Amino acid sequence: MTDQAQLLPGTLDLLILRAVSLGPLHGYGVLLRIGQISGNALLIEQGALYPGLFRLVRQGLLKPSWGTSENNRRAKFYELTAAGRKRLREETANWNRLVTAIASALSVQSEEV
Amino acid sequence: MKLFDSLRFRIATLFQRSQINAEMEEELRSHVQHRADDLERSGLTRAEAERRARIEFGGHVRYKEESREAAGGTLVESLVQDVRFALRMLRKSPGFTAVAVVTLAVAIGANAVVFGVLDALILRPLNVPQAQSLYGIERGSDQAVNQSYPDYLDLRDRNRSFDSLAAYNVTGVGLDTGNNPSSSWILEVTGNYFDALGIQPYLGRFFHSSDEQGPNSAPYIVLTYAFWHSHFQEDRGVVGRTVELNRHPFTILGVAPPEFRGTLVFIFPDFWVPLVNQEQVEGVNVLNARGNRGILMVLGHLKAGVTPAQAVADLNSIGSYLEKTYPKDDGHMTFSLTRPGLTGDWLGRPLRAFLTGLMLLAGLILLAACANLGSLFAARAADRSQELAVRLALGAGPKRILRQLFTEAVLISLIGGAVGLWGSVVSLHGLSVWEPLPTAPLHIPVHPDANVYVVALLLSLVSAFVFGGVPAKQVLHTDPYQVIKSGSTGTVGRRITIRDLLLVVQIAICAVLVTSSMVAVRGLVRSLHSSFGFEPRNTMLVQTALSMAGYSGDTVPTMQKRMIDALQTIPGVKSVGLVDRLPLYYGANGTIVFTDKTTDLRPANAAAEAMIYNISPEYFAAAGTTLLAGRALTWHDDKNAPRVAVVNREFASKIFGSATNAVDKYYKAQDGSRIQVVGIVEDGKYASLAEDPQPAIFLPVLQSPSSLACLVVRSNGDPQQLTAAIKSTVQNLDAALPFTIRTWNQELESALFPSRMATLSLGVLGVLGAMLSITGIFGMAAYSVSKRMKELGIRMALGAQRRELLQAALGRPFKLLAFGSAAGLLLGILASRVLASIVYQATPRDPLVLVGVVLAMSLLGLLATWIPAQRALSIDPMILLREQ
Repeated sequence: MTDQAQLLPGTLDLLILRAVSLGPLHGYGVLLRIGQISGNALLIEQGALYPGLFRLVRQGLLKPSWGTSENNRRAKFYELTAAGRKRLREETANWNRLVTAIASALSVQSEEV
Repeated sequence: MKLFDSLRFRIATLFQRSQINAEMEEELRSHVQHRADDLERSGLTRAEAERRARIEFGGHVRYKEESREAAGGTLVESLVQDVRFALRMLRKSPGFTAVAVVTLAVAIGANAVVFGVLDALILRPLNVPQAQSLYGIERGSDQAVNQSYPDYLDLRDRNRSFDSLAAYNVTGVGLDTGNNPSSSWILEVTGNYFDALGIQPYLGRFFHSSDEQGPNSAPYIVLTYAFWHSHFQEDRGVVGRTVELNRHPFTILGVAPPEFRGTLVFIFPDFWVPLVNQEQVEGVNVLNARGNRGILMVLGHLKAGVTPAQAVADLNSIGSYLEKTYPKDDGHMTFSLTRPGLTGDWLGRPLRAFLTGLMLLAGLILLAACANLGSLFAARAADRSQELAVRLALGAGPKRILRQLFTEAVLISLIGGAVGLWGSVVSLHGLSVWEPLPTAPLHIPVHPDANVYVVALLLSLVSAFVFGGVPAKQVLHTDPYQVIKSGSTGTVGRRITIRDLLLVVQIAICAVLVTSSMVAVRGLVRSLHSSFGFEPRNTMLVQTALSMAGYSGDTVPTMQKRMIDALQTIPGVKSVGLVDRLPLYYGANGTIVFTDKTTDLRPANAAAEAMIYNISPEYFAAAGTTLLAGRALTWHDDKNAPRVAVVNREFASKIFGSATNAVDKYYKAQDGSRIQVVGIVEDGKYASLAEDPQPAIFLPVLQSPSSLACLVVRSNGDPQQLTAAIKSTVQNLDAALPFTIRTWNQELESALFPSRMATLSLGVLGVLGAMLSITGIFGMAAYSVSKRMKELGIRMALGAQRRELLQAALGRPFKLLAFGSAAGLLLGILASRVLASIVYQATPRDPLVLVGVVLAMSLLGLLATWIPAQRALSIDPMILLREQ
């Protein structure tokens, strides 16, 4: 467990959007999908997922609906709305810019300054 | 739109809260179940899998809470939290809460009462359809409401601005529905009255202009609903019944709807009678006398599209026509419009001025209360600085803390407002059922309506933000680190704080109130002890109108003489005199007079306007009016003798230059007849207590008879025995004559009523203001002492004397008190000018008032600082220094 990275603040929403963008999921499914697409490298406490989900629903980025899961249990499924899709694109671009900037800053050697 | 949506969403979430909670619960449970399914597949037992899943999920309650917050229920929920917390805080300091609530309840209650009266008497229009286009007509620059009947007819028929002009007059009559003569107050109205106002009958029918076919042609009565209810027990069979009005048969036509109570706001008549029957109703017919301006009030609806200015121009052109056509009777005829219902501006203006002034003072009371509560809140916030600092340090935003403080303020003010409103509704109800004067159908019809409630609510909220906002700056600038380190922010510096300012303002307001109430009380006391021109003590009044029992013409004076003679024989009676209308009583009569040399008797050439009284020879003796020169009237001054009069000193000096040489001189009456002055009496009060000296004429009743009679019976005997004797004497003379017996002092109540009311209301406001000041100063002094306990203790330990200690502890509150009082006294003197129009001789330039205010304020200061001073003096430096 110690090799998992702590989430940066604000990145959970991005991960949820990304996970749901691959197809409608219920809460536990979102968690599994994040684990799957991140190679289980991130430490997310399971319950912490839900405030994020509710926040995204309230912002109109996700649309919830009740349904039946593959385990034959009642579950609430989330899918991306048009606004959510747009937000995911923007946030992804932002993130990439940030990562590039931080990475280049960190990779600078002292003689290059 | 967005705001609206979010609001709707929030309200929706509030109502669906339980459902959302259940869904959330189910979703979280579903998550745990799914996880447990996976764990079970990996080989665990179901129970173990579920346990592990729950642990992995983390803080169930916490995430649920956070989810709920994320889902948007926070505002309403945190509001509920705030309210709960505020209630808890208020319950923790019941003294503070009680003081705050009572302060606000009193202030808001006072405002609601004053506003209720203002609303009922001034703001609310008469209860008729399309009241906004209904106007009364006033004449001349002195805005007289009374018009003569011929003038009214010209105005009605010649104007192009009004749908229809109606006229009405208040009078008293004797009504006999079958062997029970009683007197009633009625409105005499023109035939088109109900049609012009657009009122529909509740029962039966109304009379119309078509019913007017000359004098006494319409012996009809329309009852008010209230009178129908109280005297006819809502008997639907009254329509068509004949009753006796002043011994003349009148037919009841119908009943008016309950909400229509005549066209005067404060007088509820018993019924309406056509004005064309004036001779039967009043015993005289002046409908043809253009110069006789009784008290006929004219009103009507403006035509659609006609502005008031156009209507005035229209009326004025009729006025100039009247001036030209009837130069003898119609002087300067200009007109203006007024709101109907308050006898025009005659009563309307002082009432409006007074109520506006009262509203202003009530507003000041509320402001003082807010200042009071503001400093209380500021002190409380300072005392709570520890708590606030901890909360800030733990991450509460300043916004959230401010919201918390405002919630407390709003809560207090809503509770205070509710209590105050309840009190005001009770007192307004008391006012509306109160009949202040036994002799007149006077009512104060104040029924609190939605306006009053809205105003009370608004005032509560506004005051909450005013006083709740006082500590805002203090809170925002709290540095938790400093507070927690040093224990308290109690900086007692020399600079002027907002609290000091509030206190000065509050004391000034209080001083204004105290000043004006003292001015009013002094004015009232003076008017009670001023010379009325008669001596009301030891006199009984028998009031009647002989027309009520069918007397007319020559039988009137004969009967009056018989009554005087009969009453004179009662043992203990010193003298009995008769006057047609009492001075200082509703419906005073005035007339214009000319000097003897005047030949062109136009109103414009009049030498003076004088009050006119028809009296029996013994009246001056019975009333206690002093004869200054010449002789009194005698029974020989009858129709066959030359016309004579007794005048008052003011008349003598105005017409003849001086009181002494007026005797035996002549003046001319309005009709041109020469009248000799045979005597001079002292000046008195005739129309109101607040008036300047007015000329007055007293005519012998045999030369100018009047059916109205007030017999003044002077006696030292026991009033009760006397009343019984008078009753049987009058009844022996004519059992069918309705009359009332009262002492003159009781009768004077009506004249004193306005100044009594003014004094009472100002007195109440003054007391409220004083109470608020005491609590304000007390709070300030107590706070300053408790904050400086340590300093005072050190001073004491270093050998400070009691005087120095007190100066240190209370010097500041006293300085503020002196400053505020001076400012308030000055303002109060300025404000008291308004009072002078209502309360007789209300002048602020009265050394007694000045001394009184200064004394009262110092007393207030002493009272308020007594306890804090005691506390400062009882400081034991040893204990104090050990403790802190």
